[in-house]
Amino acid sequence: MKPEDTERGHSLWSDAWHRLKSNHLAIAGAVVLVVLTLACAGGPIFSQSYEEQNLDLGAVPPCAAHWLGTDTLGRDLFARILYGGRISITVGLVATFVALAIGVTYGAVSGFIGGKVDAVMMRLVDILYALPFAIFVILLMVFFGRNIFLLFFAIGAVEWLTMARIVRGQVLSIKKMEFIEAARALGLGRRRIIFRHLIPNVLGPVIVYTTLTIPAVMLLEAFLSFLGLGVQAPMSSWGVLIKDGSEKMEEFWWLLVFPGALFSLTLFSLNFLGDGLRDALDVRASKD
Amino acid sequence: MIRFVLQRLIQTIPVVWVIVTATFFMIRFVPGGPFTAERAVTPEILKNLEAHYGLNKPLYQQYLDYCGKILRGDLGPSFKYPTRSVNEIIAEKLPVSVELGLLSLSVALGVGLPLGVLAAVKRNTWIDYLCSSFAMVGICIPTFVMGPILILIFAIHLGWFNASGWYGPIDRVLPSLTLGMVYAAYVARLTRGGMLEVLSQDYIRTARAKGASETRVIMRHALRGGLTPVVSFLGPAIAGIVTGSFVIETIFQIPGIGREFVNSAFNRDYTLVLGTVVLYAAFIIGMNLVVDVVQVWLNPKLKFD
Repeated sequence: MKPEDTERGHSLWSDAWHRLKSNHLAIAGAVVLVVLTLACAGGPIFSQSYEEQNLDLGAVPPCAAHWLGTDTLGRDLFARILYGGRISITVGLVATFVALAIGVTYGAVSGFIGGKVDAVMMRLVDILYALPFAIFVILLMVFFGRNIFLLFFAIGAVEWLTMARIVRGQVLSIKKMEFIEAARALGLGRRRIIFRHLIPNVLGPVIVYTTLTIPAVMLLEAFLSFLGLGVQAPMSSWGVLIKDGSEKMEEFWWLLVFPGALFSLTLFSLNFLGDGLRDALDVRASKD
Repeated sequence: MIRFVLQRLIQTIPVVWVIVTATFFMIRFVPGGPFTAERAVTPEILKNLEAHYGLNKPLYQQYLDYCGKILRGDLGPSFKYPTRSVNEIIAEKLPVSVELGLLSLSVALGVGLPLGVLAAVKRNTWIDYLCSSFAMVGICIPTFVMGPILILIFAIHLGWFNASGWYGPIDRVLPSLTLGMVYAAYVARLTRGGMLEVLSQDYIRTARAKGASETRVIMRHALRGGLTPVVSFLGPAIAGIVTGSFVIETIFQIPGIGREFVNSAFNRDYTLVLGTVVLYAAFIIGMNLVVDVVQVWLNPKLKFD
């Protein structure tokens, strides 16, 4: 054993990594996600075209040439699922990032300043919580066209509330600690204390909650696409494929079953990974 | 308690007002009106139509008129169904959605609570794993996948139910199951968590030491405390069931207010959109209030403030 090994303590992160490694479901989830993401990102380059139509062929069930069959226009379903996954995963990541940015900043500022400002800011979150947001997202999408950037923004703007609450709770407990006192004594400005000392220390719960926000966001995107309000043809997402499949399932079951199964598999993996991270980082899932 | 409820009701008024105002102006600032989609309306007719519905007045005047009407409980005429008022449409469609919502909520609680309690009591046995996997499946298979698959299996292949429609009691089964299962899964998970926390506490040991039977300990002593997380989830659950009904009503072709809302948004039926948004907002805010009251009622540690 080398001397530095004996001296090195276990950091929070290495502890968490050890706990996570022993959680087989979480690791399986992570592997599935990595494979899916790589397949969706790189797959469409190698696979058959997702938009090339073959009307003579029509819808054929899974076979050697088309692993998951084709749709009614003769387009390869496997390629379409990979391509749709690109959009679904991108929406999931970007909208979660929007929610993350708003939520963390809002929560950190509110918790750090405290007092009246905190009371007002959190009251606002309470009020927003009570609003039927899905309804507003639907209205936004109907009225302002089905723009994919609007979709990112709208979903992100809905999902930041819980993140803000979690971060605020963390910040409230951390800001009483001595190292913050020390930073203040050193004369650091508020902004520097928030971004440099507070936010890195609330990362644990934020990571956990982020992994759990991604499936929520992807669900919302698919929900909108199912209602005809998501991404538009010839672009496609898993929600769009599920919608198309459910309209044609009586004759062509594979059009519904494969996109639906893959979407559910992704949600499973994200949830297992999120739960595993929560246990590994020992985050109490408190809402306030 | 009455003071608490009154206070909250008073706080609700500005919130509903903000929603009405925001929706009103949002709708008006988008291109396209309720009559643009109709084929070739001559300018004169268009003018008459707009005059009839007051759309030719200045915007602020329309807004004030609308606010005045709402205060009198009148949501105005529908633009797409010329002979009908929004109130009539809501009165016709709302009961359907309420029925669907209540049935789904019963499924959520009727399935979720027993499973959650069972999983907690039989912790780390195969029963627990079975219940917990059920919960995970319910959470990860969204309604718009579950619904069509249930139709495919039980309506098309087995022929037990109709694939769509809302006529006899049998037509209620698949939609309420589809919508209720997701929330049953969440309820089961929360109940399990809540019960586990409560079961390890001292007063449960006291109850056992007194010689109370295991059933009595669970039903009388543990359940009350264990339900707290479920009750706080009911607010979001009810909101979710309401919006979930958009999808369910579309899949199963149920003539409810959810489908009407989505259609009215597509049709730019201003008054119908506004009417349904006001209705939903008031309903969800009201439900949150009820949930808050029930929560204090169940948990003596909380107080009205």
